[in-house]
Amino acid sequence: MPRVGLFVPCYIDQFYPDVGWATVELLERFGCEVEFPEAQTCCGQPMANTGCVAEARPLANRFVDIFSEYDHVVCPSGSCTAMVRHHYEEYFAEGAEHVRFERLRQRVFELSEYLVDVLGVQAIQGRFPYRVGLHQSCHGLRELRLGSSSEVVGPAFSKTRQLLASLDGIELVTLNRPDECCGFGGTFAVNEEAVSCMMGLDRLHDHEQAGTQVLTANDMSCLMHLQGLILRRRKPMRVMHLAEILAGRPGPAEMTATSR
Amino acid sequence: MTSRTEILSRIRRQPLEQSPLPALDGPWISFADRETQFTQVVTGVGGKVRVREPRLALAELLLALPCMENAAQIVCTLPDVRLGNASLDDFPTPQSLAAVDVAILPGEFAVAENGAVWVTDRGLRHRAIYFITQHLVLVVPRHEMIDHMHQAYERLRFDKPGYGLFISGPSKTADIEQSLVIGAHGPRSLTVVLDGAPPGGAAS
Amino acid sequence: MATIELPVIHSKAADAFTKNDARAHWHDQALWFIRVKRDRLVHALPEWETLRERASAIKQHMISRLADYLEQFEREATRHGAVVHWAADAAEHNQIVLGILHRHRVQRVAKSKSMLTEECHLNPFLERHGIEVVDTDLGEWIVQLRGEPPSHIVLPAIHIKKEEVGELFHEKLGTRAGATDPNYLAGAARDRLRDVFLDCQAGITGVNFAIAETGGFVVCTNEGNADLGASLPKVHIACMGLEKLIPRAADLGVFLRLLGRSATGQPITAYSSHFHGPMPGGELHIILVDNGRSQILGSDDYRRSLHCIRCGACMNTCPVYRRSGGHSYGATVPGPIGSILNPARDPGKYSTLPYACSLCASCTDVCPVKINLHEQLLTWRRDIAAGGHLAWSKRTAMKIGSYVLNRPKLYGLAGRVGRATLRWLPRFLVYGPWNAWGKQRDLPPPPRRSFREEFRQRKSP
Repeated sequence: MPRVGLFVPCYIDQFYPDVGWATVELLERFGCEVEFPEAQTCCGQPMANTGCVAEARPLANRFVDIFSEYDHVVCPSGSCTAMVRHHYEEYFAEGAEHVRFERLRQRVFELSEYLVDVLGVQAIQGRFPYRVGLHQSCHGLRELRLGSSSEVVGPAFSKTRQLLASLDGIELVTLNRPDECCGFGGTFAVNEEAVSCMMGLDRLHDHEQAGTQVLTANDMSCLMHLQGLILRRRKPMRVMHLAEILAGRPGPAEMTATSR
Repeated sequence: MTSRTEILSRIRRQPLEQSPLPALDGPWISFADRETQFTQVVTGVGGKVRVREPRLALAELLLALPCMENAAQIVCTLPDVRLGNASLDDFPTPQSLAAVDVAILPGEFAVAENGAVWVTDRGLRHRAIYFITQHLVLVVPRHEMIDHMHQAYERLRFDKPGYGLFISGPSKTADIEQSLVIGAHGPRSLTVVLDGAPPGGAAS
Repeated sequence: MATIELPVIHSKAADAFTKNDARAHWHDQALWFIRVKRDRLVHALPEWETLRERASAIKQHMISRLADYLEQFEREATRHGAVVHWAADAAEHNQIVLGILHRHRVQRVAKSKSMLTEECHLNPFLERHGIEVVDTDLGEWIVQLRGEPPSHIVLPAIHIKKEEVGELFHEKLGTRAGATDPNYLAGAARDRLRDVFLDCQAGITGVNFAIAETGGFVVCTNEGNADLGASLPKVHIACMGLEKLIPRAADLGVFLRLLGRSATGQPITAYSSHFHGPMPGGELHIILVDNGRSQILGSDDYRRSLHCIRCGACMNTCPVYRRSGGHSYGATVPGPIGSILNPARDPGKYSTLPYACSLCASCTDVCPVKINLHEQLLTWRRDIAAGGHLAWSKRTAMKIGSYVLNRPKLYGLAGRVGRATLRWLPRFLVYGPWNAWGKQRDLPPPPRRSFREEFRQRKSP
């Protein structure tokens, strides 16, 4: 029974507590002993992506201190997982620090890859009778390789899609642009507000033409941005984090009539 | 210090790790039917391909090409075909080629993968002919068809001064709203004639 | 001539570009269309990833021995009868070109597309010296006639509508008023530029690949304009950045397979011309230009940006470039690769470019020579912050953020206060001009308790 340290990104902690719970329930359903070390705050990605290395460094150090004791660290975010796996290196250049980080690095997982690759989950028991649009968040896709990206030539796969598709009654929609960025991009969302929102609206239009009722992703940050656009325009579309769907949270009641 | 020494010493001052030069063999694509592949690609890029049937004389085929219909000035440099009303040697300068309507020239080999034909300026007085003519016809031996560009460079040598190029389709532009316009600055049409005995059997 | 270089503020220019929503979408679609064409071709080629690996390895090798290869190239090119020149910077490059043109009393020169000459601002320089330069690539000619720089390195006029080309040609060439048919307009350009080709006394071209082993170089075009410019007049000047070198002719097998497919979704460009020495009775000059490249070579972080073959695929795929237009980058090379190359030249002026990026990494995956573009963009942010080029407000926000996030109790308190404030504040106080997030987006409905607060209760009910 692996002892899992749950890593909950700061915006999920503050704005989407149920995504955290859904992750806990899923992990427990598959036999994990889940702990949430309360000293955790944020992986430091906002600072690192702004170029403020000195501001990110102490947060990276904290992260390694807090999570090193667990068998595995699981995070319901591709982006935050990618931050640790691909961008922490420079904070732990050499020596014992580096060894400690390297050991931890290999044990940090995004939720869907943890389920598929580590726990060997093939299918999820459950029913979700909606037309679901999967937004393939960029860092999960192109840094963690949770699925094949449209640019790269090779066999098509998606760990996330595979899990979703195993639910009863679900219909996964086909998009015109299967993996274009939604325009969140962290501080990009406010630095480049105009382009960010145009990107987000374009994603939503693609999901609308595809008939998406529920828009999901591995990353709540992308969904927070898309949800903001949906709410402002009162679009009949809901966002739900992957963990919520997989954990059996009900979909929007008013939409079931139109779905099969 | 000249710029040459300055640039070279600036580069040499950088301690760079040597990295090996990779080999060029690989899992490269091959085609069971190269002619079909070649024809598809050339057609796709706005060119035409004609295969000469053994019973038809080459000159006859050439004369019947649509671009020959109202052609006033025709240049043909094929060794065994008497066709055309002007020799390249009649033109003192490349500029004087401006009125050429059709140029019929030999191509050395063709590449199935991308519809390209290799041509050179060997024995050609003006290399501008490939571009200044209104219509271009390239005659390539049928057995000179290879799969891909790696094979092309296995046969090419550049030890002497000279000019050579791959031509794939007619001159074109998409610079106005991505609308394809055939005949940008160079030829308005390209016809590749595959000539001679058919390649022996299926591709290995 | 001293000019004051104003910093480029990408977000402002992008904001203006997106204001015209229909046009911004038209621009996005035009470039996405090319990305789709590229996808269709590369997914039909099972060895695509092998080609990318090979190209990257060849470039890496070449750069690790660049000085040797440059000398070899010079030796071989000279043997074929070309004259090789070396230029440390843009000014020297321009002087060399001018010297050659003066020596031949050239008054009019036909130039095919060359990003290097754009980088060196060759056109205005030659024009100041009384030489007429005509850009003969149709897209380049359109932007030249409009008096503006290209907005894309492969598709210089991708931002211009056919109606605007119609008006421009009506005014400058006397084509029919209101004409918008691309065939008609391109035909008019063909006629006019034919005269230029027949009448010019020199041709300037760029270089796509220069071969150290043979001393030759390759120029790729679809229009045939480079070849006309290099085959009609007696003088041919080819301008190239140092990084255009490849070791062997056979390496072209790899690069020519990658270039056309990546650039425009074509299996190969219409013309891929191999020049070895001048044409009989002519002169060939090759100018090798450094202009900052040897400096990039010394950087472990950015060296790989020298692999670039200028295919433009990173622009076509970039969701930001497509929606902000090439001119928003304020530089010769826009888009992801431009946002790496330009700060290397002037970090103060181009400090916003690495931030004009959502770090989606599509550029890295599309790049035919495997440049880790998005990682380099991230590294540039670090260097820009370290160099003091980051806006004070952002710097301070990150300092405060880090301070709070390093103190879990303070973070918990800030979260509680923030969420409560959001719940109680009237909407107009939340969504004011100070809230860039909220201009077009709602904030998520704030929950009463954070996950950590709820989880604490689970442990001790």
